[in-house]
Amino acid sequence: MLTKRIIPCLDVKEGRVVKGIQFVELRDAGDPVELARFYDQQGADELVFLDISASHEGRKTMVEVVNEVASELAIPFTVGGGINSLADMKRMLRAGADKVALNTAAVLRPSLITEGASFFGAQCMVVAIDAKFDPELGSWRVYTHGGRKATDYEVIAWAKEAVRLGAGEILLTSMDCDGEKDGFDLALTRAVSEAVTVPVIASGGAGNAAHFVAAFRDGLADAALAASIFHYKETSVEEVKTFLKSEGVNVR
Amino acid sequence: MIGIIDYGMGNLFSVSKAMERLGVEYFVSEDRKELAGADALILPGVGSFKDAMEHLNETGLSEMVKQYAGSGKPMLGICLGMQLLFAQSEENGLTDGLALLPGKVIRFSGEKAGTPYKVPHMGWNRLRFINKSPIISGISEDFVYFVHSYYVSTEERKVVIADCEYDVDVPAVVGKGNVYGMQFHPEKSGGLGMSLLQNFIQLAKERTIQS
Repeated sequence: MLTKRIIPCLDVKEGRVVKGIQFVELRDAGDPVELARFYDQQGADELVFLDISASHEGRKTMVEVVNEVASELAIPFTVGGGINSLADMKRMLRAGADKVALNTAAVLRPSLITEGASFFGAQCMVVAIDAKFDPELGSWRVYTHGGRKATDYEVIAWAKEAVRLGAGEILLTSMDCDGEKDGFDLALTRAVSEAVTVPVIASGGAGNAAHFVAAFRDGLADAALAASIFHYKETSVEEVKTFLKSEGVNVR
Repeated sequence: MIGIIDYGMGNLFSVSKAMERLGVEYFVSEDRKELAGADALILPGVGSFKDAMEHLNETGLSEMVKQYAGSGKPMLGICLGMQLLFAQSEENGLTDGLALLPGKVIRFSGEKAGTPYKVPHMGWNRLRFINKSPIISGISEDFVYFVHSYYVSTEERKVVIADCEYDVDVPAVVGKGNVYGMQFHPEKSGGLGMSLLQNFIQLAKERTIQS
């Protein structure tokens, strides 16, 4: 049976992992390859690297990072952040990434999803959606530009559209829950997971192992992503998986 | 030397890197002559079946691959590369494949008994061994990484060495004689994936010693 996936997410800036990584035992806590290896050993099913470089040089460095991670590790990983064109996708996939995540670029130019899917296959096109509940809309609204800009899109409608255009997976981040550590947005996750035919990765709000159980059981997520609880060693991938197993959730 | 066929369809890099991790000599090529001289061939691939076959046919690589299979030297198709080994696919309209293995490639219906399930089949799933084969020798059933929306349907159960349980049974490792295929990505499947690739390379080595 297919297992539920646990995915640590790493923010990379100018080739270095940033934002609160507390791994004392690592030689260099900012080295993406070393961290990737660490999570691989813990049993991470996949990794996501978000390139938050502001500069052109930083983006070039990201290609080298991807290359190096792919050389050293035999687990799949996705690269997102600043991917705006078919050329950007090509660069990342040729460097060894398994999937690319599109966020703002997909909203601004939805045909990019189709272009990528027909060239590389839907399986490597992840559409990342930043969602925030909008009381007026009575549903969740899609945000872009790192959550700074509201769009006209309603999340469920956009998720369906993205899949129709060729997305092979949806990375769904709840802006309401992100950073709160009170658990994933189960209603949001469930709504999107039921609306689309492709796998959905729940993101935003993970605070403990029980939250993952809920994301899979109640949120119907296919995978769950977390950053800080793993980076700050509040729990480990291993612990989360042991707990999931004890709760009868199928994991590797 | 292991030859990796370059026909413009993805995951060359990750397969190459896996060869490097295993310390195996390899080359990536689109040249028919050069590839024909390899001790073993790997046909990688992600993307669409139709595009892939068009590339292979236009470049004459289909003919070369078929001849190579006839030579008795080991050959391995990975993911789309495995699907190409079969007779036909229904992806984007019916397309003929290399027909080295019996069966056809069909899409997951996405529904079983009225209940929808997710397509692509994406993530880690456990192999179940069905038929004996040197490709799985010394290996125990464990998880490997899949990403695909189409799967092989075959009447000939003999060619299915291992499968996995999704909403349908998915052929995962296939083989007939010297021609093998893996639906998952061994190069992305941790230690088990590397052991499978190692077994494939071993087949090439043994054959080189014999001849």
